[in-house]
Amino acid sequence: MISNQSNTQNGSEQKEKVSELAQTSLSKKTETITPEFESSIVNQLVTRFTDKVVQVVYVRPGRTKILVPPNEIVQVAKFLKDNLGFDHAESVSGTDYPKDNQIEVIYHLSSYSDEKLSSHVLALSTRVDRNDSRLPTLIDLFKSTEYHERETFEMLGIYFEGHPRNERFLLPEDWADIPPLRKEFRIKGR
Amino acid sequence: MENLDQKFNETIKMGLEIVKETEEDRLMTLSVGPQHPGSGHFRFTIKVDGDYVVYCDPDPGYVHRGEEKMCEYRNFIQNIPHLERPVIHDSTNITYSYSLAVEELTNIQVPLRGQYIRALASELNRQVYTLYWLGIYGIFLGHSTMFMWPVGDRELFIDLLEALTGARVTHAFNIPGGVRNDMPEGFKERCLRQVAYFEKRLDEYEDIFYNNPLFRQRTEGVGILTKEDAIKLGVTGSVLRASGIPFDVRKAEPYDIYNEIDFKVQYMKTGDSFARSMVPFLDMRESCQIIRQLLDKMPQSGEVRAKLQPNPKGPAGESYKRVESGRGALGYYIVSDGTPKPYRVKLSVGSFRNILALPYLLIGSKLADMPSIYWSLNYWPVEADR
Repeated sequence: MISNQSNTQNGSEQKEKVSELAQTSLSKKTETITPEFESSIVNQLVTRFTDKVVQVVYVRPGRTKILVPPNEIVQVAKFLKDNLGFDHAESVSGTDYPKDNQIEVIYHLSSYSDEKLSSHVLALSTRVDRNDSRLPTLIDLFKSTEYHERETFEMLGIYFEGHPRNERFLLPEDWADIPPLRKEFRIKGR
Repeated sequence: MENLDQKFNETIKMGLEIVKETEEDRLMTLSVGPQHPGSGHFRFTIKVDGDYVVYCDPDPGYVHRGEEKMCEYRNFIQNIPHLERPVIHDSTNITYSYSLAVEELTNIQVPLRGQYIRALASELNRQVYTLYWLGIYGIFLGHSTMFMWPVGDRELFIDLLEALTGARVTHAFNIPGGVRNDMPEGFKERCLRQVAYFEKRLDEYEDIFYNNPLFRQRTEGVGILTKEDAIKLGVTGSVLRASGIPFDVRKAEPYDIYNEIDFKVQYMKTGDSFARSMVPFLDMRESCQIIRQLLDKMPQSGEVRAKLQPNPKGPAGESYKRVESGRGALGYYIVSDGTPKPYRVKLSVGSFRNILALPYLLIGSKLADMPSIYWSLNYWPVEADR
């Protein structure tokens, strides 16, 4: 009954190349090397949406980051899922920037079904106003964001419109303070 | 097997709407944990209709420590000892990806021997974690021998790690730039001897536990997670590999020296509790091979850690690095603003990702299957809460 079938996955020449690139880019510390596969993903995004919508933050071997406005995030995510093969979110996190009066929300997307993409993590980020932090949820496209978005809601106070449960998850039920990962929340004694 | 979307909608509906009065008499609400001996510091509420579970709502957070916030107050090196607290049985792996991310941010090169020793420590530590998990899985299903044996054999690897790192459980061994110290004399021989003994023991485990008809009856065909659902839910580690997807970070995106190691990604296709309990076992076998190769290919001498600045810092930037831990991909997303302290640290841990599968698997199954489904998800409550 044990279907112990193992997989060798030998065709990793490309991955080795990528890791070599990673090392060289680190050691030389130059941004000149732009990996082909990663930039092709970004180029598809920029041609589909304009470069006004999709801002490329960086393209590194295995890692890409794009910045989109909040009202376009659903369309971009839909394109990423349907046309480029990203099928799950590894994490959803937020970073507070009080100086800009903004909070950045980052979705780290990756793929299990497409082998080429399995070594790749794309960071889809957007920035919302700190005082009116509302975002459309991506739960309909990526179910794996459900608990991550709930955590982002309580930790940074981002309200995900359309999410079925913007509720407490990790914090105590009687938590009556500001969201703790915002920068003005200070740990006592520090 | 119901459609996932349908199941999802039903879950939400039942959670948000008040159950009708007529139904209230039929359904019984049970609270599992946080004092339950097996659930760990974790609670989930279930509603049962007779023998069948119709509703499940996980409620983590009983051991939330605010690790991510704590990181913002300490510099990159000071963060190491407290970051391994979420999962002390796998403390080398949880600091591994942190070290990788900090190395990218601060542009530190790790010496080759340091990379090998680091991988060796993380493989040994994975064994420690998996054996502990297996012991609890055994006692969960009433198989007390399977509790005694793994916990006993776990001591072998703990002794090895104690000789290597100086501490039994929380090692703080991986640091940005390499490992804290070199291997002691005679460690290679000792390690090989114990791995050989352990491989014999693994055969005995298979005989007494995995081929046990009682264990098979309780796990085979229970809590099936199909390949499509596993992708949709974004589960990771052994849960993912049990559903037929051969994804392992060590293979998909080799870090340090893993592209020089020859090993197979172990996976199964059935996606039931049995597969989810078998995959970590197969991983332990594979890990023994990896340990042998690491000891073999390791350079005989050389530096094990790079020389660091007193307060290492790099230019402003960000990094996302992941490794394969005992519970799947473990990622760190670190944002640095150019100071010695990180601006933001986010842990994307396997436990937190896998627990999303719990409601989907429990709803519609029998209450008696709850232990075998819950613990097969390889869930570590403290790690999920961070």
